[in-house]
Parts: sequence; structure tokens; C-alpha cells
Amino acid sequence: MIKYIDEYRDTKLCLSLAERIRAISKKPLNIMEVCGGHTMSIRKNGIQKMVGKHIKFISGPGCPVCVTAISDIDKAIKLAENKNTVICTFGDLFNVPGSISSLAKERASGADVRVVYSAHDALEFSKIEPSRRFVFLGIGFETTAPTVAASILEAAKENVDNYFVLALNKTMPGALRAVLDDKDSKVNALILPGHVSAITGLGMYSFLKDDLKISGCVSGFEPADMLSAVYILVEAHEAGRVILENAYRRAVKDEGNTKALGIMNEVFEPCHVEWRGIGMIPGSGLKIKNKYEKFDADKNFNVTVTRSKENKACLCGEILRGAKTPADCKLFGKACTPENPMGACMVSSEGTCAAWFRYSE
Amino acid sequence: MCWSVPGKVVRVEGNKAIVEVAGVKKDAALDLLNDVKVGEYVLIHAGYALQKVDEKSAKFTIKFFKGIRD
Amino acid sequence: MDNITLAHGSGGKLTHEMIGGIFFKYFKNEMLERAEDAAVFAIKGKRIAFTTDSFVVKPIFFPGGDIGKLAVCGTVNDLAVVGATPKYISCAFIIEEGFSFSDLEKIVKSMADWAKDAGLKIVTGDTKVVGRGEADGIFINTSGIGVFEKDVKLGAEKIKPGDKVILTGNIADHGLAVLGKRKGLEFESEIVSDVAPLNKMLLELTKKVGGVKFMRDPTRGGVATTLNEITEGRKFGILIEEKNIPVSENARAACEILGLEPLYVANEGKAIIVVSSKNEKKALSSLRKNKYGKYAVTVGTVTKNNPGKVCLLTAYGTVRIVDMLSGEQLPRIC
Repeated sequence: MIKYIDEYRDTKLCLSLAERIRAISKKPLNIMEVCGGHTMSIRKNGIQKMVGKHIKFISGPGCPVCVTAISDIDKAIKLAENKNTVICTFGDLFNVPGSISSLAKERASGADVRVVYSAHDALEFSKIEPSRRFVFLGIGFETTAPTVAASILEAAKENVDNYFVLALNKTMPGALRAVLDDKDSKVNALILPGHVSAITGLGMYSFLKDDLKISGCVSGFEPADMLSAVYILVEAHEAGRVILENAYRRAVKDEGNTKALGIMNEVFEPCHVEWRGIGMIPGSGLKIKNKYEKFDADKNFNVTVTRSKENKACLCGEILRGAKTPADCKLFGKACTPENPMGACMVSSEGTCAAWFRYSE
Repeated sequence: MCWSVPGKVVRVEGNKAIVEVAGVKKDAALDLLNDVKVGEYVLIHAGYALQKVDEKSAKFTIKFFKGIRD
Repeated sequence: MDNITLAHGSGGKLTHEMIGGIFFKYFKNEMLERAEDAAVFAIKGKRIAFTTDSFVVKPIFFPGGDIGKLAVCGTVNDLAVVGATPKYISCAFIIEEGFSFSDLEKIVKSMADWAKDAGLKIVTGDTKVVGRGEADGIFINTSGIGVFEKDVKLGAEKIKPGDKVILTGNIADHGLAVLGKRKGLEFESEIVSDVAPLNKMLLELTKKVGGVKFMRDPTRGGVATTLNEITEGRKFGILIEEKNIPVSENARAACEILGLEPLYVANEGKAIIVVSSKNEKKALSSLRKNKYGKYAVTVGTVTKNNPGKVCLLTAYGTVRIVDMLSGEQLPRIC
């Protein structure tokens, strides 16, 4: 048994949770699962079919790969063309298409692109080969950003001068506000990201309840976690209450992980940043502070990206905002498949389109 | 999502923990957490221990789930 | 796509597109187009199976095996799953300048040991040495010839709704054993590659048990990809049950850590067997007598529904499609 995973996959428990949800769910309820991991869990376990006809899930902007701007992908690809430069990336970004190429294609044409499991591994590589320059592609939300920041602090402490980070990390609250403030938004309630919240705590979500009057419930990723979060949201919805709840208490404390937040804020500061499909969101990006500019790939490499272009028929933007589903897209499953993705939502395995494609019935 | 898995700390070596998930051992950097002790469960994400798993809350959650059920 | 990427070699959809789009286009013939693990044909009235495979595994020594054992077992299994008894194999080495003699000797000895175990002879070979950087250590190609002791004829066209799908044991061990030794992804576990010669087990099965329709070893791309190869373009589908899919706890944990799905991870000592429901029990008990089939189980059923597709019944009674592997399976963080 895998402790803290298998208990939350228990068949009987999940089936009875689903039954209870169906029993109390009377009014239509659109729940946005913010996180791509939640989208995967819903599709993989068939949770949509378990919760009854009144509940509809809408996928949110919480897949870091999907929301990375195409110009940022192009920039990473350009960096790979630099001589004596090694690009280190999480597997997630490896196949993502930019305007004309991808890191996978760059590797096929001779670039040194390495898939790593951790920013720490990229830093280790740079220590082993001091004569080459290593650029780590820092993607991810508040969960991942502290790990990237920690690698920069370690590099600073050990005076490593061939380790760089292309800072593409983003933060959640601005994106949630952008998506929910949209007039197309049909969202009544939110399943809030479990591992982002493990770092940030619950404080950053208070605007949901106080300003936007939308309920939110933090959830883990196992089926029982998700079903209990859905139950809590349905119960509040039926009673006409707006709540902010935490159904992932084993990992998420009210105050989050203050040490990790401290490390993140030591290295990064907020900046305006473009989200693929959503556009510019003020203060929702993380850039490296001047104090650590020695490690900033943006400042140490001369990379200019000519205008990046997206496929016009691609609906990733609307899908990321929850305004449309992959079924509305002309490209979905035809011109756009996981082997030949046109838009970001098809590339990442947890992207909405990829999850629909892979786990459809 | 931010893929993350809970595992048990079986050894602490300086700034690194060896974390075990059902017999599989993986290193996790401890930069983001204080006072990690052998026997505790932590969530691992991208090679770092992200947060401790709180046993009491976990038990409470299971009970709560079962409460919803009954 | 202008150039070949590693994903074209992953055994998934892109591999299939490349094979169909280039190799089948020019080599077009009815034997090749059956796209089976080995070609079966008759010479002077005697049926023969013939196959070839190349091995480029990194690292070359891994828990449970090495590239030599893999090179013998891979070809043995490709012959065994078409119902043949492997008799003779060839070996061709491409060796990078600077490769150590002691490693070469270990690999060759391993090949000899496993050839003996499988009951066949390595009868011809070739060696090429290339400059440093022109290959990565050592690559091995083996080709093999097998004969039919009993006149079994297997083929996907024999499969009918109601037939059972058997898997001969725990999945994902090979892929994880290899991955766990790769730089940057290392983990420590008891997982060892399942690489093994399956010929004796499968011969016993086809000799003693009737109703065996089709066999294939789920290597690259894993069980999910192989099942899709079986259903592709056919009038039947396959429904597998999540709770019956055999995965060791270690392998499951390793997959959780790296964000991989066991159904897509490579195996080197497993077979998927489609058998008539009448002979299911007999087939299972025959397989379980062999050490490589001790944990054989029925994982699914051939269905009239969802023709051409592989579906999975989850632990919660919902059904979803299981697609072929797309691209490489990469460890992920999100």
C-alpha cells in the first residue's frame, strides 16, 4: 500500500462519496478545477460521470506548460541555439511547439537539451561541466517557483557562474481573477490547487469569497479528495452559501509553507507577464531580482524573439478561460493531436485538450 | 498540477533527505522545510521536499470522508 | 516534421506513422504488412518465422540484465509470440572506439548464457567499430529464425468478441529498472528488469492449450500501445479492467514519483495472449507453471463495442479510452 495515496483511492469510499453528491445535487453547478492535475484526475477516473448531471467541470488555467506564452517558448528555443549552452528542462516543456520549432526538434538538430527532474539536477550538471553554460527553464506556479529559487540561492552560495535560469514562473491569484472577472465566465465554484496551496496557504484566496462571491475548496488529487471537495462545494451551493474551505488538510496548512515563500520572495519579485490564451496579467509573473541577476538568463544571453505566431483557429485561449471546451474547437482531434499539437492545451499531458483526447470515451 | 508524491523520510544527510515511497527511495532536497525528522512524511515535488504531511489531519480527513458517507 | 526525433523511436504513434509512411510505402508486401513481431513464411513447404531487432539501451548494464541478455531475449520473444521455436540467431555489433574489452566480454558471455537457456545457437555475426562519438558505447542487432513444432497459426484476424486477454505478469519493471539508473532520474528500489526468454512458456501453451488466437510482447510503448496495435482497424475492441492490471507496489510507487503511467512503460519479459474464453482457465494454469508466468492473469475481454479501441474500466465503474503512447514518456513535474 502507498500510504497517503491508496486510502484516497478506495473504491467503496469513492462510490459512496459520489452517491452522496448525487443525492444532494439539485441545482446546476459549474465547477472550475483550476489545476491541470485535477483535470487529469477527473478524466482518468471518470469523475464527471460519477457526480451526476447537474455538475459540470470546467478546466482552469492551472497547467503551467499550457499558459506559457509562445514567445517564451520561442525564447527557450533560441537559447538552445547558443553555442556551448545546455538547456535543462522539465519533461513537460520538451515537446511544446513554439512558432516554428520545439526543444525536441532542436535536440534532434544537434542542440544539447536535457530533461531533468529537478532544478537541483540542472545545477549539479553545471558544476560537473564548468566550461559550459547551463540554462534551466523555470516554469511552474508557486509550487515549483520556490524550488527554482532554492537552486539560485545554492548557486549563489557556491559561486557557480555557469548556471542560469530563464524565469517563466507564474503566480495563481492574478490568473484566477482574470479568468473569473471575464464576462464569458460561467464558473460558480472552484476546486483550488492542492500543491500550490501547500506553499501559499489559504490567505491569497480570500478575494474569491469576499470580492467575487465565488466558493472555493482546496483539494488533493486522489479521487476521494476530489469527490469530497465537490461534496463540500455542492452542499454550499445548494444552501446558497459562499465558502472558502480546505479539503486537503494533510498537506495544506492555513499559513502554507512560510519558509518556501520566504525563499521565493528572496529571489523573485512580481512582474507583468503574458499568459498564453489569457493575455497580459499584471503582477502575475516572477522575475529574478537584481541582486541575483548574475543567474538571470534574460540578462546574460542576448536573445531577441521575432514576432511569435499562434494558429488562428486554435481555441486554447477560450478553453483556458473556461469559455469553450475542446469539443468546440475545429482543430481538436483532427489537425491537433498529442503527436502534432497546434496549441498548448494539447501538448502538456495535463492540458485540457490532451486530457480530453487521451481519456475520452 | 505540480506533480507531488507523499513519502516517508528514512534518512537525513545534511541538506538532503532520502524519502521512501512504498520501497522506492528518492533523494529530496530539504531547502524548503525546517526540522525534517526521520519517520515523518513529506510531499516531494521536483526533487524538493515541499511540505510535511500531517498525520492527524490525514486521519481526520478520512474520518470526515466516512462521515460524509454515513 | 522535418527531422526524426527520439519520439519516433518510442514505439508509440509517431513510430507507427514513420513505419507506415516510409517503410511500408517502399517495402510493400503482404508479409510485411501483417506488421507482426516476426514474419512467417514457407520454404519448400516448411513454415519458418524470421525476425530482427536492434538494441541501444542505456545504461548497458541495468538491474536484472544487460544489453546482451536483452538482445537475445528480444529476438527470442519476437519469434515465440508468433508461435515459433527459436533455433538460430545472428548478432551484429556496432562498437564505439574506446569501449572496454571487459564490458564487451561480459555482454557476450551474457548472450551465450541466455542463448543456451533459451535452447538456441548464435550462428553468425558481424562487428563494426566506429569513431568516438559516432555511436554510444555499443549497439547490438540480432536476427533470428524459428520453426514450428506444431502447426499453430496465430493472427489478429482470429480474434472474436468474448475472447479473453491474458497478461503473463507484472508490468512496467523493465522500463523503470532502466530509467532508475539514468542520470538525474536515479531512484533506489528493488525493481529489476523482467527481461526473459519466453519461448518455452509460450511453446508449452500453444502445444497443450487450444484456442490461443494471438500473442505479442508489450515492449516499447507498454501494454497500452500493444493492445492498441491489436485493435487498430479491427471490428472488435478490448476492455481491460484497472483492478486486474498487475503492477508491483514498487513499480507503482516509482511511476507515482516520476509521473508515469505503468500501462505505457516498457516490458521485456511479458506476453499479452488472446485466448478463447473456453480455454482461459487452461491457458492461465499452463502459464502459471512456468517461472516467467507465475503471476499471469486475465486483464480484459474482447468486445463488440468500441471497435478499434482499447477501453479501461476504472475502479469506480467508469469507462475511458486507453490511447497509444504519444511521444516519449517523460518524467514530469506538472
